[in-house]
Amino acid sequence: MEYLIHLAVMSSIYAILGMSLNLVVGYAGLLSVTHAAFYGVGAYAVGILTVSRGYGFFEATAIGMVCAAAAAWFIGIVSGKFKGDYYALVSFGFNIIVFSIFLNVQSVTRGPLGIPGIPKPELFGTAIRTNAQFLILSIVFALLTYAISQWIVKSSFGRALKGIREDEDALRVFGYDTARYKRIIFMIAAMLAAVAGSLFASYISYIDPSTFSLNESIFILSLVILGGLANVNGSVFGAIVFILLPEILRFVGFPPDIAAQMRQVAYGAILVLLMLYRPQGMFGEYKL
Amino acid sequence: MNILETKNLKKSFGGVHAISDLSISFAKGKLTSVIGPNGSGKTTLVNVLTGMHAITGGAVVVGGKSFHAIRPESLPRLGITRTFQDVRLFEQMTVADNIMVALTARGPLAALLERGSADREERVKAVLEKIGLWEKRRELAYNLSYGQRKLVEIGRVLAMDVDIVLLDEPFAGLFKEMVRVIVGIIGELKAAGKTVLLIEHNMELIRELSDHVIVMDAGGLLAKGKPDEVLARRDVIEAYLGE
Ligand SMILES: Nc1ncnc2c1ncn2[C@@H]1O[C@H](COP(=O)(O)OP(=O)(O)OP(=O)(O)O)[C@@H](O)[C@H]1O
Ligand SMILES: [Mg+2]
Repeated sequence: MEYLIHLAVMSSIYAILGMSLNLVVGYAGLLSVTHAAFYGVGAYAVGILTVSRGYGFFEATAIGMVCAAAAAWFIGIVSGKFKGDYYALVSFGFNIIVFSIFLNVQSVTRGPLGIPGIPKPELFGTAIRTNAQFLILSIVFALLTYAISQWIVKSSFGRALKGIREDEDALRVFGYDTARYKRIIFMIAAMLAAVAGSLFASYISYIDPSTFSLNESIFILSLVILGGLANVNGSVFGAIVFILLPEILRFVGFPPDIAAQMRQVAYGAILVLLMLYRPQGMFGEYKL
Repeated sequence: MNILETKNLKKSFGGVHAISDLSISFAKGKLTSVIGPNGSGKTTLVNVLTGMHAITGGAVVVGGKSFHAIRPESLPRLGITRTFQDVRLFEQMTVADNIMVALTARGPLAALLERGSADREERVKAVLEKIGLWEKRRELAYNLSYGQRKLVEIGRVLAMDVDIVLLDEPFAGLFKEMVRVIVGIIGELKAAGKTVLLIEHNMELIRELSDHVIVMDAGGLLAKGKPDEVLARRDVIEAYLGE
């Protein structure tokens, strides 16, 4: 039971990451591989501020969101000058830069030692102690992210994002300041990723830079592609499948230690198979 | 009165002078055809007028205001819209959404707060009925035939409902019936007092539709005036036959 709850918490955290990245990749068509950096900003904000600065979880989360938005604003200005493959490459670079900051600014982040002992959130004076309680919190945040994502994609803003994906220059002719649209959606997605990071830090109670590497960004991108680009439900599906995948591998008879190694192979294989046979993902409408 | 002008306009791509020292004007409420051999700079002119290419030299004058740079997103405010010779639709969006982008709020915040509205749906319906694609409203644009795609471009122009309309070869490659549909729509644009710039190669259509004709050759102005006079000129005929 405890383990099922753990999987559910991780699924909701990754659902938040997937839904938010889908706004950028699936709707706006920006192949961003920087998402783990914003995830990390949220996690480190909670790690640093709650452990040694005495902030509460929710205040630290809010500050983390602001920091992620600021980082996204800056990164968006630079990467906004690039399109297509070059955009992806530049976003690669930014993930690596942010990762190096986590790793090397040791006076703040403790570098490779990581930050242990991150407290659980307190709500109305009582601490969220059990994993079951934490699950409720993470599901509430996932539902909020779901509602925000649906709100955005069903608004005129969402239609404009798709227009940017399809033909940005043509859309400008119809009066849309596409650079601003891209910057705004990138900042919104970064803030949501920061929330996922806050939850992760507080839930696991220990963070180190390795969680927020380029690999992690690729992992998130893969689950978005599996679920389907430009489909919010798809990202939730993709997150659940990717979190459950190691369990599925174990279930079909791989010994645990091999299953753990097979995981990476399976993620990769899923991505290759999708590109070959179903480029729009399980529920997506849009092909890369 | 001239609502749109170019003054000594220049546009080069590296060493290629696509437009050189071009000073022309478009009279308000009239249809002016821009003709000229392939590669004479017609599309480049429209791209420069709509800010899709930066101006190399000279100026564009819209409604008496002079511009040395044009931001595409300011075009609706300047009262300008266009079609694309190479048909540029939002491929993986529905036909209805392709029209809808011309009707919704442009500012990001207003767009975030804006939901569907019956009024806009009605306007999309009116446009799609006019171009005969109401039945196709839920199709993705890339599933349409070439002719239908050209019609969607016209539909976006109708939805924009601005004063100056730049049409880059709207008839190219179309069957006769579709040509007549678009001729009808252009007639309505003229009746509504719009200023139309039409790029076209078909002489009959040019005679039928134009108030004025501008002939471009090698990025410069070769001739301008009333259709009958211009099209009868030796140098114009030679420019066309000589290609
Ligand atoms: N983006 C570009 N980069 C480089 N050269 C260009 C570009 N666009 C146009 N040109 C060049 O500018 C010149 C004018 O091209 P343009 O497309 O404006 O001609 P056109 O009159 O529209 O021809 P057509 O009747 O074939 O459509 C050509 O020599 C073309 O190769
Ligand atoms: Mg052309």
